[in-house]
Amino acid sequence: MQPGAELDGFTIGERVHRGGMATLWSVTHPGITVPLLMKVPLTSEGEDPAAIVSFEMEQMILPRLSGPHVPACFGTGDFERQAYVVMERIPGQTLYKRIDNLPLPYDEVRVIGGKVATALASLHRQNVIHHDIKPSSIMFRERGEAVLIDFGLSHHQHLPDLLQEEFRLPYGTAPYMAPERLLGVRDDPRSDLFSLGVLLYFFTTGVRPFGETESLRGMRRRLWRDPYPPRQLRPDYPPWLQEIVLRCLEIDPAARYPTAAQLAFDLGHPEQVKLTARAQRLNRDSLSTVWRRRFNLGAVPPQPKSNVAAQLASSPIVAVALDIGEEAGALNDTIRVTADQVLSTSPSARLACVNVLKLNRLAIDRSHDEQGQNKHVDRLVALQHWARPFKLEEGRLTVHVLEAIDPAAAILEFAAVNLVDHIIIGARQNSMRRALLGSVSAKVAAEAPCTVTVVRPSRLAPQADDDEAADQAANAAATPPAVF
Amino acid sequence: MRLALFADIHANRQAFAACLEAARARGAERLICLGDIVGYGADPEWAVDTVVDLVATGAIAVRGNHDNAIGVPSDSMNADAQAAIDWTRGRLNAGQKAFLAGLPITREEDNRLYVHSEASDPAKWRYVRDTSDAARSMMATELQITFCGHIHRPGLYSMSSTAKMTSFVPTSGVAVQLLTGRRWLAVLGSVGQPRDGDPAASFAMFDTASREITYHRVPYDVATAAARIKASGLPLWLADRLPLGR
Repeated sequence: MQPGAELDGFTIGERVHRGGMATLWSVTHPGITVPLLMKVPLTSEGEDPAAIVSFEMEQMILPRLSGPHVPACFGTGDFERQAYVVMERIPGQTLYKRIDNLPLPYDEVRVIGGKVATALASLHRQNVIHHDIKPSSIMFRERGEAVLIDFGLSHHQHLPDLLQEEFRLPYGTAPYMAPERLLGVRDDPRSDLFSLGVLLYFFTTGVRPFGETESLRGMRRRLWRDPYPPRQLRPDYPPWLQEIVLRCLEIDPAARYPTAAQLAFDLGHPEQVKLTARAQRLNRDSLSTVWRRRFNLGAVPPQPKSNVAAQLASSPIVAVALDIGEEAGALNDTIRVTADQVLSTSPSARLACVNVLKLNRLAIDRSHDEQGQNKHVDRLVALQHWARPFKLEEGRLTVHVLEAIDPAAAILEFAAVNLVDHIIIGARQNSMRRALLGSVSAKVAAEAPCTVTVVRPSRLAPQADDDEAADQAANAAATPPAVF
Repeated sequence: MRLALFADIHANRQAFAACLEAARARGAERLICLGDIVGYGADPEWAVDTVVDLVATGAIAVRGNHDNAIGVPSDSMNADAQAAIDWTRGRLNAGQKAFLAGLPITREEDNRLYVHSEASDPAKWRYVRDTSDAARSMMATELQITFCGHIHRPGLYSMSSTAKMTSFVPTSGVAVQLLTGRRWLAVLGSVGQPRDGDPAASFAMFDTASREITYHRVPYDVATAAARIKASGLPLWLADRLPLGR
């Protein structure tokens, strides 16, 4: 490879980076306007065989990924001639640049963590587990989205896993590796949540929770030994943050967040994080607990092969949009029946109850006065009351009062930002009122990024008039995943 | 070129017809039949005649153990399989029997090997059950990709340049690129008698330019195929297993 050389239409520019596994070149191609990088694996005699295998994985996985959270792929070449992957060059530095400034402010780490969790949610939905989440594999677009790079150790649910038997030892970055990886598990997306937990701990305390050990013996300790709670290192550590971080670092994947989207949700709503005993802990687990874990390791039942998509599907974020008020009573009862059906089939689902406090266009700041504040609190209380019959265990319920001029737009934005999988919303029955206000449910159903269920109190409802029929037609024209 | 590969048709007319239609709809340019055209199913004459016609227009076919047993009685088959072979032998004419007997055990094309069972000793009809079976087959050929059937369960194995093996159960409809840096063994599911719990007929497409293999499942009229087996006086289990995919 030489600057100025040409390969499959790509003109080689300067060498940007030479790492242990691959070299990165800046390249150009007529007709492609975004900056490009060509990644070329080191394959000569005596190089690490992992360089070849991890390159093969990246070559298979990267072209299949899409969305803002991965670099776009523009071409691959194989080992027959010259192995390479050409991808979008993300400007800027990786998060690794920040490690000289640790610890960072809590809220800054919360925002970073939320962006990375959102990126992981997108990746997991594409059936891929990253398996090497660490500061140097995370970058950010100018608009703020996290971009995950380096898929050489990744696992794709629908592709052969070339790393599965290549190496006797688990391959990855020791301080960030989830404990189940040491047992050979490569198909659990919650391994990435553990790695993100290590990053959150490190960035908020300046200390790596499991040290920097590279030896297998040292790494295996995390199978039974939990880290010091962050509050022991920093007395001002916020309880909600410790709750999140220690949940990510649970040894048993089933005790962590079920999905990256649910983790992102908590990072986006710190005031609503349900605090458990984790949040208050000042000490590590007792020695008896640790020894029980250590000597029962062999007794762990073998886990059936996990199905990434099924696991995500069983842990949706369900948003229920509710009107509060006397006239909404019957409809809200019907919505509760529908929500109950959804929750009862998804044991790891979480429920976000949303109400929109409609602002008057002429008096936007009314909510800041005392009367507005009271109204806000009243509605939160009403939402809590509505959801009480579900008897949801800790952490599965949140309530939100949004303040907006356009209720439909507010609900849609809430769903997009919080990675909501399913919106349940009632349709107004009073056509007079809807004629004046427009149909919120029709707009939500038509424009939502996820499945929408529109609920009507069927038998009790008055006969549909023309306006209602038009509303239904609008719903029927919504995107295919919508359910009515 | 787009290849369509079929293994273990087993005289199931409804399944094979559905797979042929699906393959043509996906632009198949060349058909490869990996053996066991007959045995178990109720339409051996139609199945053989269909493959004869396909071969006459450029398809490749190799011999399976059931095809072989029509001419050379086998002593290793279970009772149901043996009963089906004896029944089938009485249905085929001399020309159809000669076609089966004349099929090659293996065929090579470019960097690809086509064989019914596996490559290390094809006439022993061994199964590829796991990575060690796959490794034995892959060590026995210089060719980069081996396509086989016989076990009625889809599988995809690879061997790296350092002889490390991977195994994988393919996902239907998802293309997998058979990377040039390693060697591959693609085990096809069965057209006419799937045994992986999914009754839908199984076949695969392989694009020689992009080197992508895609396994497909095709729903077909299982009830008719099973009813014809029952009406033919073949062992009942051969009909009952079809809707179970066992």
